[in-house]
Amino acid sequence: MKKVIFIFLLIFLSTKINAKENLKNNILKNLRCLVCQGQTISDSNSDFAQIIKSVVDDKLQEGLKEKEIYHFLSEKYGSWILLNPPIKTNSYLLWFLPYILFILGGLFIYLMVKKRVIEKK
Amino acid sequence: MKKSYLILTSIFFIFIFTIFYLSLGKNKTYNTEDIVGNKIDEIDLELFNDSGLFNTKEITNYNYIALNFWASWCAPCRKEHNVLMQLSKIKNLKIIGVNFKDNHNNANSFLEEMGNPFYISTKDTDGKKSINFGVYGIPETMIISKDMVILKKYIGPLDLKDFKEIERIVKK
Amino acid sequence: MLSNIGIIFSSSALLSSLILIYFSIVELKISGDKISQKIYKFSLFKLIFSLSSFLTLIAGYVYSDFSINNVYENSHTSKPLFYKISGTWGNHEGSLLLWINILVLFSFLFLVLDKNKNKNFKLLTLIFQNLLISIFFIFLLSNSNPFAPVFPVPSEGNGLNPILQDPALAIHPPLLYIGFVGSSIYFSVALASLICKIDSRSLATTLKPWVSVSWFFQTLGILVGSIWAYYELGWGGFWFWDPVENSSLMPWLLMTALLHSVLVLERKMGLYSWVIVLSIMTFTMSVVGTFLVRSGILNSVHTFASDPNRGLFILSFLLVMVFSSIFIFFRYAPSENKNYKIFSKEFFILLNNWFMIFFLAVVLIGTLYPVFLDTLTGAQISVGPPYYNFILAPFLIPLLFLMTSGPKHRWISSDFKKIFDIILFLSIISFVIIFFFIKESNLLTNLILLFSIYLIIQTIFDFYGNLKNKNINLSRIISHFGFGLLIFFISINSILSLESNFNAKIGEKKNLGNYVINFKKLETAQIDNYKSVIGHFEILNKKKSTIENLKPEIRLYNKPETITYEASINSNLFSDTYLTMSNISDTNIFNIKFQKKPFMNFIWLSVILISLGGVLKFFKIKRQI
Repeated sequence: MKKVIFIFLLIFLSTKINAKENLKNNILKNLRCLVCQGQTISDSNSDFAQIIKSVVDDKLQEGLKEKEIYHFLSEKYGSWILLNPPIKTNSYLLWFLPYILFILGGLFIYLMVKKRVIEKK
Repeated sequence: MKKSYLILTSIFFIFIFTIFYLSLGKNKTYNTEDIVGNKIDEIDLELFNDSGLFNTKEITNYNYIALNFWASWCAPCRKEHNVLMQLSKIKNLKIIGVNFKDNHNNANSFLEEMGNPFYISTKDTDGKKSINFGVYGIPETMIISKDMVILKKYIGPLDLKDFKEIERIVKK
Repeated sequence: MLSNIGIIFSSSALLSSLILIYFSIVELKISGDKISQKIYKFSLFKLIFSLSSFLTLIAGYVYSDFSINNVYENSHTSKPLFYKISGTWGNHEGSLLLWINILVLFSFLFLVLDKNKNKNFKLLTLIFQNLLISIFFIFLLSNSNPFAPVFPVPSEGNGLNPILQDPALAIHPPLLYIGFVGSSIYFSVALASLICKIDSRSLATTLKPWVSVSWFFQTLGILVGSIWAYYELGWGGFWFWDPVENSSLMPWLLMTALLHSVLVLERKMGLYSWVIVLSIMTFTMSVVGTFLVRSGILNSVHTFASDPNRGLFILSFLLVMVFSSIFIFFRYAPSENKNYKIFSKEFFILLNNWFMIFFLAVVLIGTLYPVFLDTLTGAQISVGPPYYNFILAPFLIPLLFLMTSGPKHRWISSDFKKIFDIILFLSIISFVIIFFFIKESNLLTNLILLFSIYLIIQTIFDFYGNLKNKNINLSRIISHFGFGLLIFFISINSILSLESNFNAKIGEKKNLGNYVINFKKLETAQIDNYKSVIGHFEILNKKKSTIENLKPEIRLYNKPETITYEASINSNLFSDTYLTMSNISDTNIFNIKFQKKPFMNFIWLSVILISLGGVLKFFKIKRQI
């Protein structure tokens, strides 16, 4: 048991977050390139994507937080531009239905096999 | 028991199929419904010919504004230019042009050739300012009210139908 | 000329398929246990007609017969022969014909190879298969005719989209379609066995080879698609959770579930209905995928030219298919034997199914939610990679754990102690590595890494254990081993990847941590059907003082006029260097994307290992029969 705790402690300690380095790339990956059919801004070479890239750069320089940048862009372009849809009334189902289904599935299997499982020699 | 399962499954699939059917005819591209009704930001735009700035706050001085994003390299802009010239004759409406990522000389000769419909001409050389207006592709036109609210947004060249619609909006 | 021949061949194939349906129905009522010769004969005719029509289309492409509209729109005389041939299935109509051909081939193979003694069961399966074939042929001839003529005959074709002129993309669709279409066999088998009340054992023996074959091809198809996306689309990623990719993943998940639950079915009545449902769902999902991709209701990078009529046809077909399956299922489904017992091994297989169905649900919800929301409320949202990663990644941990303990039929295996010490050792090492060398990592990835290592080690132990007992389940071990490696390398890759986006002019140098990127010069070249702007870059690794030369390109194709951005990839055993450039219009500045992607080759290799399990399984089944 001590070992288990030790291992998890190690894993926990080795968790490091280095925000600055990858923040810009992460933001660009979460934005949809509107003019190019389902690519992300980060992946796109279009003019539109280039402008958004430098705007995100500017906003980071100005000291805006990740969330604020998303807010700024979704105000101008609608939530269509965000690949990570924010949790609101119209996306509750999107975010929670998978978990509900997972639990229901587990329940179903539990009821089905309850008392039926025998250990095999 | 069996019957109720059957009914439930059927209802589920009928629902799915109905949605699929309805979505077939829909236009799946980006639309601007989300943006209509928002207020535009107070942004400084460079004036096209003179040095100096135009702040969008000044929009409050006019009844209605049409904010038009254009460039000399964009072919559809050429197509809609006549409609813009028509619009510039409407009393209640002033057109503000934003020259988007363009070569200054080319833009000038474009206006000399086609006529200048703009009450105020501004420019956005690197295209970044336009992001504040949610510009997506050139040409684009927004109709803005006195209190800086977006009443309507057109992506792509304006045509006569749009002209009539704008006329109606502005008359109110 | 070829146009008419093609239409004649495909109409004849349709006709023989209809005749076969008639004969089969007649024969259902005749007693006896042999299928008559005329059914074999007409099946062979159908196969020959159908293959001939496909060869006709290929000939049209090879000889650039522009009197066929399809060839005119998608080919060009200057194209290399290889891409002329692969261009045959690079478009909607041609790929539909390929799809039908595989369908015809598979039903012929089923007729010849399946050893099931029950005549009516085989006949019914063939009837369902031929119904599918006929419907698809009608669709082909009425809506998407690849042989449609064009008049006057143009002298030159429009050319194939340059993105599609690629060896990986030439073999990607056939592989994927074998997977998709292979699942039609279990769809028909499932319905036929319901009606004929086939017992679970023979259902399992009938299904097994088809499931493992189609699963194998589907896995390879997805792999080839990913490799293509990796080097051709120039984003440096290999999986984008794009709707089109998702629609190839969804049947795969179901096949994986089926592959596992068939094992239980062999011995127990318990999962009979469930296996039937899975079989029906797999093919249904394949068709749903086809619908989503080709109707144009989704936005995607890989879309076929879409047409609402086409969507309407596939949708009506889907409707008929789903509701007749529901009807047959509820009419004939046997009442479950309530007294069966489940061995713990089978219990673990159920857990596999639980996870597969969950993954399927997530992918399905993520793909369809925007469509449903838009249709019902008019609101537009996008669901992209962040959503899938957020929801799916945590569930990998229990899945990896189950894959480790499941095959041992115990929650904790006996050599747990041994493995535990190894894990302890490994986590200390990884801790040190992460702490000193890696700038960013998170708890979730670390846990996934750990559990994938656990799975890898456990399967190695299993392998040795089984080797001693001479009772070796190599297919399972290899696939699970491959999956462990896949997750391991993907996580490592995501942690260690470097990415930088910057603007530069010719002659500029850019310092990025360990690397110096030198934009040396620009060169233009005129090649057959495109103009190319080639950037010469030198990448210096300061630590190792090695130099790599990379030459990303911007290509301007003339037929059809398209700009493509060709990434330059220097692929080494352990790490890929990936460089793309794009011009910023009206300036002499270029946007450069530099990436370091470790272990890419290992990711591909892991998937090959996974699929290898399918082949081994297939041959094992063959030996048993």
